[in-house]
Amino acid sequence: MSLSPVEGVALAEIESGPEAGAPGMKGVVGRSPGQLAWLRLRRDRTAMVSGVLLILFMLLALAAPLIEMAYGVGPREQFQSLLDNFGMPLGYAGGVTGDHWFGLEPGLGRDIFIRLIYGLRTSLFIAFAAALITATLGVVLGALAGYLGGWFDAVINWITDLTLAMPFLIIALALTPTLTLRFYGERGQVSAAFGVGVLIAVFAIFGWTSTARLVRGQVIALREREFVEAAKASGAGLGHMLFRQLLPNIWAPILVSFSLAVPQFITSEAALSFIGVGLSDETPSFGRMIYDSLDYLQTDPAYVFFPGIMIFALVFAFNLFGDALRDALDPKSSR
Amino acid sequence: MTDEPLLRVRGLSKHFPVRQGLRATGLVRAVDGLNFDVRPGETLGLVGESGCGKTTTGRMLVRLLEPTAGSIEFAGRDITHAGRRELRPLRQDLQIIFQDPYASLNPRHTVGRIVAMPLQVNGIKPPGGIRARVQELLELVGLNPEHYNRYPHEFSGGQRQRIGIARALALRPKLIVADEPVSALDVSIQAQVVNLLRDLQRDLGLAFVFIAHDLAVVRHFSQRVAVMYLGRIVEIGDRADIYERPQHPYTRALLSAIPDVTQLGPAGRIRLTGDVPTPLDPPSGCRFRTRCWKAQDVCATEEPALVPRDGGNQATACHFPEVPEGEAVRSTDAIVEEVSS
Amino acid sequence: MARFLLKRMFSAALTLFAVSVLTFLMFFALPRDPVTGMCPKNCNPERLERVRTELGLNDPLISQYAGYMKGIVTGRDLGSAQGGRCDAPCLGWSYVTNEAVSDTIGRVLPVTLSIVIPAAILWLLLGVGLGMISALRRGTWLDRAAIGFSLTGASLQLYFVGAVLLLVFVYNLRLLPVPSYTSIFDNPAKWASGLVLSWVALAFLFSAIYARLSRAQMLETLSEDFVRTARAKGLAKRTVYGRHALRAAITPVVTIAGLDVGGALGGTVITETTFGIQGLGRTAVDAVRSGDLPTIMATVLIAAVFVVLANVLVDLLYAAIDPRVRLR
Repeated sequence: MSLSPVEGVALAEIESGPEAGAPGMKGVVGRSPGQLAWLRLRRDRTAMVSGVLLILFMLLALAAPLIEMAYGVGPREQFQSLLDNFGMPLGYAGGVTGDHWFGLEPGLGRDIFIRLIYGLRTSLFIAFAAALITATLGVVLGALAGYLGGWFDAVINWITDLTLAMPFLIIALALTPTLTLRFYGERGQVSAAFGVGVLIAVFAIFGWTSTARLVRGQVIALREREFVEAAKASGAGLGHMLFRQLLPNIWAPILVSFSLAVPQFITSEAALSFIGVGLSDETPSFGRMIYDSLDYLQTDPAYVFFPGIMIFALVFAFNLFGDALRDALDPKSSR
Repeated sequence: MTDEPLLRVRGLSKHFPVRQGLRATGLVRAVDGLNFDVRPGETLGLVGESGCGKTTTGRMLVRLLEPTAGSIEFAGRDITHAGRRELRPLRQDLQIIFQDPYASLNPRHTVGRIVAMPLQVNGIKPPGGIRARVQELLELVGLNPEHYNRYPHEFSGGQRQRIGIARALALRPKLIVADEPVSALDVSIQAQVVNLLRDLQRDLGLAFVFIAHDLAVVRHFSQRVAVMYLGRIVEIGDRADIYERPQHPYTRALLSAIPDVTQLGPAGRIRLTGDVPTPLDPPSGCRFRTRCWKAQDVCATEEPALVPRDGGNQATACHFPEVPEGEAVRSTDAIVEEVSS
Repeated sequence: MARFLLKRMFSAALTLFAVSVLTFLMFFALPRDPVTGMCPKNCNPERLERVRTELGLNDPLISQYAGYMKGIVTGRDLGSAQGGRCDAPCLGWSYVTNEAVSDTIGRVLPVTLSIVIPAAILWLLLGVGLGMISALRRGTWLDRAAIGFSLTGASLQLYFVGAVLLLVFVYNLRLLPVPSYTSIFDNPAKWASGLVLSWVALAFLFSAIYARLSRAQMLETLSEDFVRTARAKGLAKRTVYGRHALRAAITPVVTIAGLDVGGALGGTVITETTFGIQGLGRTAVDAVRSGDLPTIMATVLIAAVFVVLANVLVDLLYAAIDPRVRLR
């Protein structure tokens, strides 16, 4: 019989762990696979830099009202006096001054810096909420499908295939206004919170299948393991099986997929705003700003530049961190 | 020790359907009509080549697999099709040790959590607390109880197997199914683990179903031995009888394959020719006949029953059993008569 | 193999069927009266009612759906207001553009194909090439540059890259005309110069992903025993890497590529919006904005067909490369 201990992403740590020392050596508290991964992550310079950057972004987003107070300009304030007769900002690089760090929007004359800070808040909130919901749905449904098999698995699988075949952007584009109509009817102003909620819901509907697929595969690989059978032989129920025995072994790929899903949702939110659904102009958002800015590509390139660079930096930091996390959790891959 | 068996198995079978697409195209008769008993405190060795159904049998005994037919009685109660809730009290008496010490421990759990799992799953709170009980168990299997907080990857194969044994002992079972518990270990470690199991059996009065392909290990450990071939028991009996007076040709062939350093001169090794036939389509009559040097026409037409010889404890399923030296050769006809009667 | 093919086709057909039902329900059964969106500005109630009858919206949903499906397979009569006879594949009549939807699709589909296919060739060559080189020259500056490129590319937004490209090459340097579509059969040079920016933008972003993926795959393959064996038995480096390793490493890349190309054919919404080219994706966006239900329905269906077809193709390719797949 083979002695080869484990395969699969989740369990790779075992091989990298210190080989069983003789009993009675040094400390008695062992390092868990998670602690080992954490140590590897701490040693990774890229991970640390991008991690710090991400924390900075999150702090900026959380502290948006404070920043507004310190900065002295609100996201909806208009500075028409600083625009010329054609609605273009006066001065250089789209009106960059000591008062308006990233310049002003042509037309309405709103401050770009503070709108970006609030846009960051919107983007991060939507992305994290959507990623959390999709991860939860995906983990529960995927684990059930993988563990139970049978018709439940078949149904989940089929839904997964189906959502893959639906063009996400177009469906989201069509679904968002219809969902809004469904709840608001034709009347009146749609609240910003509702717009955000619809976006999160659309992401959740489409997003959970990829996590479910990942978790399902991992669970299937683990389900025949003897430690699972050992729990079964002791009379463990479904809950214990899924959440005590199986999930602790697959949180690594789940975490990685979560960390890579967040920038994906940031991008998707921007893309939806870009094609004109998503959020109203009331709510500052990256995609919306870029969409508006494209009209001024020739006349005011700085307006395109600032939101573009900001969203790039955010997504870049997330991708770097996600990659480093994958390396730390699965030392075998990609090195 | 009473004579009332702790475990009584009758006609136990497991057939796996072979599917191609949605149609079932065949049946793998992995286990086909087993009968045996295990008495309290006794060890039954279950030996045979890989693929003969030993492991399947072990899994059915602890109900990890659903039997296709037959019955399993444990301590007088039929558990063949008991549900999870009905099984709960019995789980405590019936545990399993697995073959692969690397796959049988959850790599994300500490040793303490692994050993405590059966207690927690069954909601048992031992006097003195779970931790004390776990440490007691670790000590019992020869591990440092201070290693409570360590993870499986910090242990060697033999130590891991000890953890698996501690887990099996947590509920104070009466019977443990040991599924090739040492075959994944180094030879030098095997003896230690087998000795541990033997000590535990003696000290705790455990009964074992000890599954192995290694006859030497089984001999070391079992009071009774059952030899399996292609899903059936071909011979069962006391250790001494099986090892010293094997009657089934297959048992003899297996025994002759054990290297014996004490025996000088030409070894009387019996080489079996050909492969084990597929359990998808086992040979008619006696399943061993395709590889048996004694096979005759009757072997293809009639399946030999597992019948006791000489009214003793040893039973053999063969039309032409080996005759212990000094006994008269009985005619084939007589045996056939006996079988069909 | 035939069995496998049949099975795969069946499940593909089932998926398409489900997509069509879902889309139908989503758009025709939702609260908004489909007709208001389809009727030009000054609508009186009689006209609304007429359109409703012409579209068959007063019929039960099932017969509406059946009629739609029948139109695709055999064609049907839509009535004089909708251009009369509509041949198979009939996708309905758009009151917004006042033409048969199949005509609209026929016009915009070549545009999307012209964007996606050259871009896909470019991104596959660039991405896989870069990934292989950086795997073989692992640890060198070349490798690091490739990793940097792919990480950057994977984090950039298409509309941003597009905007920068437009600004530099069209507006500032004036090297290229404002992007537009010309048929390749009319004027190949104009076709290429009008679309090249969209190819570059798409290829830049996608090749980043493929470089990452193929690098990881290649590294994994290179560490496998069969590669070491092939090297040890004295095969030339080139043969081993080129023939043995590449084949093993490329298979997962093929899967992802199939899905991506299928998805992109279903509508390069962002690309077309950024460069202002009217392809399938842009048409879908416009249709959603103006509530043009028959066109929405058609674009979603076509996108699904591409994705499903790509899936089937990838599976067949897999089955051809790896015989084990057929047995599943």
